[in-house]
Formats: sequence, structure tokens, C-alpha cells
Amino acid sequence: MVETGKRIAPYVFISPFLILFAVFGLFPILYSITISFFKWTLAGPQDFRGIQNYISLLTTDPFFIGSLKTTFILLVFGSLLQHVFAIPLAIVLNDQKVKGRGFFKIMYFLPYITSTVVIALVFNQLYEQNYGWFNFIIENWLGLEGVKWIQNPGAIKASIAIMVNWRFIGWNTIIYLAGLQAIDKVLYEAAEIDGATGFRKHWHVTVPLLLPIIFFAVSMSIIGGMQLFEEPFVLMKGYETMGGPSNAGLTSAYYLLGTGFNFNRFGKASAIAWILFAIIMAMTWMNKVVTDRLQR
Amino acid sequence: MDQKSSSLGRFGSKTILYLILMVFVFIFGFPFYYMFVLSTVPGTEVYRNPPHIFFKSSFFTNIRALFDDIPFAINFFNSFGIATLATVTVIFFCTMGGFALAKYDFKWKKPIFVLMLSTMAIPPFLNIIPFFKMMIFFQWYGTWLPLIVPGMANAFGIILMTQFMQSSIPDALMDAARIDGLTEFGILTRIAFPLSRSGIAVLGIMTFINSWNNFLGALVMLPNIQSTTLPVALSKLFMQMDGDRGGLMAGTVLAVVPLIFVFIAFNKQIISGLAAGSVKG
Repeated sequence: MVETGKRIAPYVFISPFLILFAVFGLFPILYSITISFFKWTLAGPQDFRGIQNYISLLTTDPFFIGSLKTTFILLVFGSLLQHVFAIPLAIVLNDQKVKGRGFFKIMYFLPYITSTVVIALVFNQLYEQNYGWFNFIIENWLGLEGVKWIQNPGAIKASIAIMVNWRFIGWNTIIYLAGLQAIDKVLYEAAEIDGATGFRKHWHVTVPLLLPIIFFAVSMSIIGGMQLFEEPFVLMKGYETMGGPSNAGLTSAYYLLGTGFNFNRFGKASAIAWILFAIIMAMTWMNKVVTDRLQR
Repeated sequence: MDQKSSSLGRFGSKTILYLILMVFVFIFGFPFYYMFVLSTVPGTEVYRNPPHIFFKSSFFTNIRALFDDIPFAINFFNSFGIATLATVTVIFFCTMGGFALAKYDFKWKKPIFVLMLSTMAIPPFLNIIPFFKMMIFFQWYGTWLPLIVPGMANAFGIILMTQFMQSSIPDALMDAARIDGLTEFGILTRIAFPLSRSGIAVLGIMTFINSWNNFLGALVMLPNIQSTTLPVALSKLFMQMDGDRGGLMAGTVLAVVPLIFVFIAFNKQIISGLAAGSVKG
């Protein structure tokens, strides 16, 4: 009796995950492959199109190709750039002699727990062309010409990238901090005996040992960055403008949502999702190859 | 430790170091400060050069304006209700799943664990289109259910709880309970739950925060401003009008303040929970 219960119990306990994954994970994924081969609106399938959705997206759809470029630019200057800030911050915060580390961690992490909508609304005020703090500082303190943060296509990308950096630098700092705490202090002492100090010590000891964590954090950035949606969507006011002037803020995920829920073209939207998925997989794999090579 | 072995080394003197740390505190803190300031500025005076830096006295006027702009009580109730139900169900099902992986040996344990890890790598955008159609078919569209049910037993939560429970529940105690005639479900509710309180706290707080901030799900499933959550209602208000910003800024404060309190109260658990999930994950 007890033995039977002990044998069956784990399956019962884990079954909610398996059932929910089958219904809300696996089935929709398979379903979305099917949808992506059709011209499909809310009413249901209209025409079987084979891979036509994919071909037209990748060859003739200027919005999609533009959105991929925007996504890559934001991936580099938004999602990946932040590691350049996060790793040194984590190294500094890992020093037991730095006072107030708890305070710094709280302040750095605060943006991550804040709703993206709120962040976009506040930054919208900061970016305001004539009355915002960014241009006030640029014009009055630096004596330069103000930037049209939400009007100029190039500046729009910068605006979004700044928001992404602002939101996730602290998150990455905490991840790297956790990784640093696992590094054996003896290795630093060995490096010091060999004469390495300061920057060189960290370059030769910390960074190599941090590689697995860097791989994890960069992978998360790639997955998140390729799906960047909320920041540009709210800042550029959603479906109305589809990314603002020249669609400068139109990321691929933003375009996916617009294609599906605004233009009622679910087949094409599903094809976008699969192209994005393929790119994410390829980039994560590249990340793995690079990490492995560096580790050797 | 002497000066030489300080890991700061040549990075510069202490003063410069703290200066850099404080610059980042300013960078991350100022937008919050500015949000609070703007929430107290009368809507007609938000646009001013130089921009505002000091608090004004119109916070409650702005709140009243906000209440005219959006059905705030409904939006807040939806956000709070969805986040609370999501938290309660996630705690129950993820603790249960984590218990299975942490404290039982069974044939399919390894493959299930691998499956879980791989589901965490699936981008949410991949299935949002068919998910939307399914929700219409289930007649769940426009209800709270799509924002609660699919994530109830999620891989992240189960793996987090597995890690906590491996060390916090002694096998001997479970065996003793079996001898006393407790069922396996009884062991889960009477022994595993109480002994995993600290893990449950981490999971619960993180779930609440994520659910409260969930924008995409609510945007797609609850698009009507009359029946949606606070972030979506604020975004719709922002997209609608360009005039009175006072109400909008007051709304952002009301959307953020509950979370700031939760975060500051539980910051150690949140930060350690995130770190635990990432280093082992």
C-alpha cells in the first residue's frame, strides 16, 4: 500500500506540468507550424500556401526585412551592450570591502521589477523634445543641438536601446555576481603571485572562469532581444504607428503582433515566429561555439 | 587582507569606485524620482523648460483625473486578482512538481527534467498565435484564465522548488510519516509545504511581480480598457491622448509603488532566488 503510493505519487505530482505543457505548450507549437503554411485569418484557413509565407517574408516584405535589421541593431546596442556594464559592476560589487553593497544591489535591480509600460511612459517624458531632461542636458550643459528622440528614425533606435540597457543592466549584474561568488579565491592569490594585478588579473582569471555564466546571460539576452517588443510597442504607441516614423522602432516581434492581431494575418504571423525561432536557435548555437572555443 | 590583495587593485582609488557606483545609482534612480515628481505636477504644467525637479502639490488632483480617464478600480482589481490567483496556483503546483523531482526516484525523472529545461528555452512568441485561437475556442478569451492556467505548473518554478526541497526535507522524516500512516499527498501538504516556506516565498514573490507586470498576455487576451489590467490600461491611455499627462503619471506611480514595497521588503529573497535559478540553470 505504502509502496504503491510511493511509486505512483511522483507521477501524480508532476502530471500538472505534463498536462499543461501538452495542452498550452506542445500543441500550440505544432499548430503554429500548420498555420504558417496557410493564408489564415481569425475565421480559419483560407488557402494552403506551402512555404509561400516564408518566401515572401524573406524576399519581398520590406517591413519584415526592416524589422529584422532593427531587431539586430537593438540586440547589439540594447541587449548585448549591457554586459559591458554589468560585468565590471558585478566585479566591483563582489568586493567584500565595498560598503553598502545591499543598497547598490537594490537600486540596480529596481528597474527589472518595474513594469515596462511604466518605464516607457517615464522615458517618454525624459525624451520629450522641448521639455525633457535628456535634451535639457544636451542643449544647456553640453551646448549641443537637441535630439528628436521619438521622431528621428536613428534616434528612435537609440531611445529604445537606452531603455533596454537601463532595465536589464542590474539583472545581469546580479547574475554575474552570483557567478563570481562561486569563483575560488585561491585562484586570485595564485594570479597575484604570478604578478597579475587589477585589470589584468580580472581579464586573465575572472573572465575565463565567468565564461559559463557569460554564456548563460548572453543566451538569455539573445532570446529576449530577438523578441524585443514591449519597449518599442509602448514608446511608439502600438499598432497605430507600427514603430513610428519610417517604422524605425518596428522590431520583428512587434511586427509579428501587428501582423496577427491588427492585420488579422495569422499564417504570416506564425511564419514570422518560426523564422525568429530559427534565428534564435542559430545565434544560441553560435554563442555556444564561441564560448567553447574561448574556454579551450 | 592587506591593500595588495584587494581585488580592486588598479581599477582606481576607492573614491572613484564609489563615484562610479553612485553614478549608476543616479542613472537607475532618477527616472523613478522624476516619475514621482511628475505625478505631483498639474497636468497642464508637465511640459516646462527647464523640466521639473521639485515636487508640486497636485498628486490627488492627478489621481482624480486618472479615475476619470480609466476605470482604475476595475484595472487594479484585475491586476491584483490575476497576480494573486497566479501566485497561489503556481505555489501549489510548482511545489508539488518540485517535490516529485527532489524527493522521489522514478523512471521518467531524467527525461522530464530535460523536457522542463528545454521548455524554458521556447520563446513565448512561438505559440502566441495558436494560443490566441485556442483561447477563443475554449471561450477563455476576455477572462482571467489564459493569464493564470497555462503558467500554473511552469518549469522555472518547479526547478526552483526542486533545488530548495532537495536540501530542506529530510528523507527520514518522510519515512517516519509513512509509518505513521500519512499518504504521499499528506506528506506533501503536512511536511513538504511547511518545510519549504523560504523557497515558496521566493517563488511567490517572483510570480506575483511577473504576473503584475505581464503586458503581452493581458494586451492580447484582455484588450478592452474596461476589463483589462493596470499596465495595459495605462498604455492605452498613453496611446489615446496627448494632452493631460498628470493623470498618466499618477497612474504609473500607483502601478509601481506596490511592487517597490514588495521588492524592498523581500529584496534578499528575490535577488538570491534569481541567482540560484541562473547559476545552476
